[in-house]
Amino acid sequence: METYKLTVNGQPKQVTVDPDTPLLWVLREDLKMTGTKYGCGIAACGACTVHLGGIATRSCVVPVSLVRGRSIVTIEGIGEDHVGRAVQNAWVAQDVVQCGYCQSGQIMSAVALLKSTPKPTDTNIEESMGGNICRCGTYVRIREAIKAAALQLK
Amino acid sequence: MAATTKIADNLHLSRRSFLRVSATAAGGLFVSLYLDFPLAAQEGGQSKPKVYPPDAFVHIKPDGKIVIQVNRLEFGQGVQTALPMLLADEMDADWSQVVAELAPAADVYKDPLFGIQMVGGSGSIAHSYQQYRELGAKTRAMLVAVAAEKWNVPASQCRTEASVVHGPGGQSAKYGDLADAAAHLPVPETVTLKSAADFRLVGKKIRRLDSPPKCDGSQKFGLDLDLPGMRVALVAHPPVFGASPKSVDDKAARSTSGVVDVFEIPTVSKGTAVAVVAEKFWTAKQARDRLRIDWDLSTVDRADSSQLQKQYKELAATPGNVALTRGDEKALDAIAASNHLVAEYEFPYLAHTPMEPLNTTVRFDGDRAEVWAGSQFQTVDQAAMAQVLGLKPDQITFHTEMAGGGFGRRATPDSHVQREAAAIARRLQGTPVKLVWSREDDVQGGYYRPMHTHRVEIGIGADGMPLAWHHVIVGQSLVAGTPFAAMLIKNGVDETAVEGVVDTHYGIPNFHVSAHHPTVNVPVLWWRSVGHTHTAFVMETLVDELAMRAQMDPIAYRRKLLNPDATKVRGALDLMEKESAAWRSSLPQGHAAGISCHESFGTGVGCAVDVSIENNRPRIHRATLAVDCGVAVNPLTVESQFQAGACFAVSQLMAKGAITLKDGYVEQSNFDGYTPPYMVDAPVTVDVHIVSSTEKPSGCGEPPVPVLSPAVANALSRLTSKRYRTLPLVTL
Repeated sequence: METYKLTVNGQPKQVTVDPDTPLLWVLREDLKMTGTKYGCGIAACGACTVHLGGIATRSCVVPVSLVRGRSIVTIEGIGEDHVGRAVQNAWVAQDVVQCGYCQSGQIMSAVALLKSTPKPTDTNIEESMGGNICRCGTYVRIREAIKAAALQLK
Repeated sequence: MAATTKIADNLHLSRRSFLRVSATAAGGLFVSLYLDFPLAAQEGGQSKPKVYPPDAFVHIKPDGKIVIQVNRLEFGQGVQTALPMLLADEMDADWSQVVAELAPAADVYKDPLFGIQMVGGSGSIAHSYQQYRELGAKTRAMLVAVAAEKWNVPASQCRTEASVVHGPGGQSAKYGDLADAAAHLPVPETVTLKSAADFRLVGKKIRRLDSPPKCDGSQKFGLDLDLPGMRVALVAHPPVFGASPKSVDDKAARSTSGVVDVFEIPTVSKGTAVAVVAEKFWTAKQARDRLRIDWDLSTVDRADSSQLQKQYKELAATPGNVALTRGDEKALDAIAASNHLVAEYEFPYLAHTPMEPLNTTVRFDGDRAEVWAGSQFQTVDQAAMAQVLGLKPDQITFHTEMAGGGFGRRATPDSHVQREAAAIARRLQGTPVKLVWSREDDVQGGYYRPMHTHRVEIGIGADGMPLAWHHVIVGQSLVAGTPFAAMLIKNGVDETAVEGVVDTHYGIPNFHVSAHHPTVNVPVLWWRSVGHTHTAFVMETLVDELAMRAQMDPIAYRRKLLNPDATKVRGALDLMEKESAAWRSSLPQGHAAGISCHESFGTGVGCAVDVSIENNRPRIHRATLAVDCGVAVNPLTVESQFQAGACFAVSQLMAKGAITLKDGYVEQSNFDGYTPPYMVDAPVTVDVHIVSSTEKPSGCGEPPVPVLSPAVANALSRLTSKRYRTLPLVTL
């Protein structure tokens, strides 16, 4: 067991856990922030996506010991950011969600895309969202919502 | 479960439903529905009256909030919005004040036709359409009666809008202020429901109620549940279904910090598994990885996909149990061999892999228990858990948790996940335990859409239309050995394996369908759209092949072959033709259009796709879908279900879209080996068009799935001149 100091959504946090524990499970079980989802545990579905030092990252394969000083932003905090808020609003306006389980990760990936590429092409969208599975299959509306958010942010 | 729908539709239900109201301690009005009807077929069709405990559907709070109980699991299909819409519309409720809750397990929440509390057969709206409208209308009538009495005016002179009753003299009263008095009134026996022209919500595009919490991380799913003192359990399942350990070395597992207990539990498939209980998921997973188990595989059958393929192919060459026989069986022989088309199709096992891994939380307190589960089968699961815990079902409080997808996976007749959870909780009496199936457990854990082989021999008439059609289907029965068998297996044929063929709307004069149901040591389960997952693919690719052979337009050919009374599928085909005409006539080079149409769960669908080949994979640029689902209660949900359902359907085409077994072991374990569609695999855009209808609503959850994959295969055939009869599409 080791003690780690983390910055999550701008707030300082401290946890004492096994160094191998993935950031996903630290967020979900130690910090009780369950908006970040477990889908596969092998970085193949994107449900666990958070921003680590500003980069969209699969938290299920990042041991907490490797987070070091990087800031962590999760779905619970992304609405504080103007891009994040625009994406969340677009998701609601376009009625994107169905079961909704993957959408935390989809939104975190979409926000990262729009931060680096404010006017994404379909190819940009497919590349950036390419690792996020929506089993319900809401991809058509995800694509529309990203475009709507991009327009709104112009 | 389309066959189930049919049976339920045919039941004559002399339903006597009535409402009761009660004042609540917190103030306000509760409206409950009591049903008294001959029980549905799963209870043997006996007509035995039942007394139902009072449970609320509507709760009008003094502050005007209207809490509506939803008698279904919400797992993406949108019923948590659509059922409250029906009730709120008849009630003239202020929609902005409506709060929807998922009802716990209780008799009063059972499906009015199926007789158990469940989601399946795309029946949530179809079966509760009348029920929820009546609840709303009766609640409104009571509120109006109170206002009318207060103002001393006839109720007929009052009108209602947005949770307010307006009197003839300009009086007005809010529902929230009338609720307490309304609670003391008798419930009206009968009410007049609105005519379609008076709907304020039904038929309008209404955004989902559950959207905001699903976009900010605040929505709690079953897996997110956290109770004081809760423990997490993972289970090491036998690597071959039904096996048991010879020996278990759990020393390393037990010495993992945070592990609470390690013990054996029985599995439904008569084997034994090893449960690991820990303080947290990650600890339980690490400890499970440290178990050393020597499994005894000597007593279990070891299924093997390639051997099954051979066996199924041989079986398909022989007639099976008769599912349907129409016309002259010898008609085929009278047609010259050069006018025969013989086709063999192969379909793999498919896992559902809902995004939220399977889980159930239980606290067993000796004489009662509390359960939290995202279940499609609350009644069945509650009864199974009661059996494991030595309780009566009503000693279990069963909470319905929001579920992250399901597609049939949370509707298990044997309740195997819930039984495991109960067995673990029984050992840890007084401690809440959350059982989690990891993704690997899910992919390797069985309960797949069964493998199938179809063999079809068609005799083609001089006009290019099928004159004789002999069809043999081979695949495990979904319901053999379950309580559903009595209802769904007829003459040795499981209706869920032949639906989509025997009930085709194509007018085939000499039509003979039979089925074999081999027994295989692999648990199987309904997968979104059930039999139609494979039957629609066979029918729609064959009809397309016949159209090509006849050098006819694929839409015109279908229209000629469809029975005149197939109004829903004809209407959908016509609308699809109209809406896709422009893009189909201006396709870029290297693109082809693929067509299909199919009816399932009472809903007719027409589909056209624009496909090219990129990187040796189908690239689906566009899909146009037309739908006749009767009244579209929430057209926005219908559109979403069909858009996304079309993407879900691509699962069947993925290069890694198969579960295979070798020597008893499942060869895939996670999304790297069994890969659902990502964005790039899905149609880029899907436009959905709804046939205007005043008919009662039919299903929308499953009907999008059957049409997409045959349409894509048909487009590919036009690009490559090859036929695609083996799924998944590993190579083009």
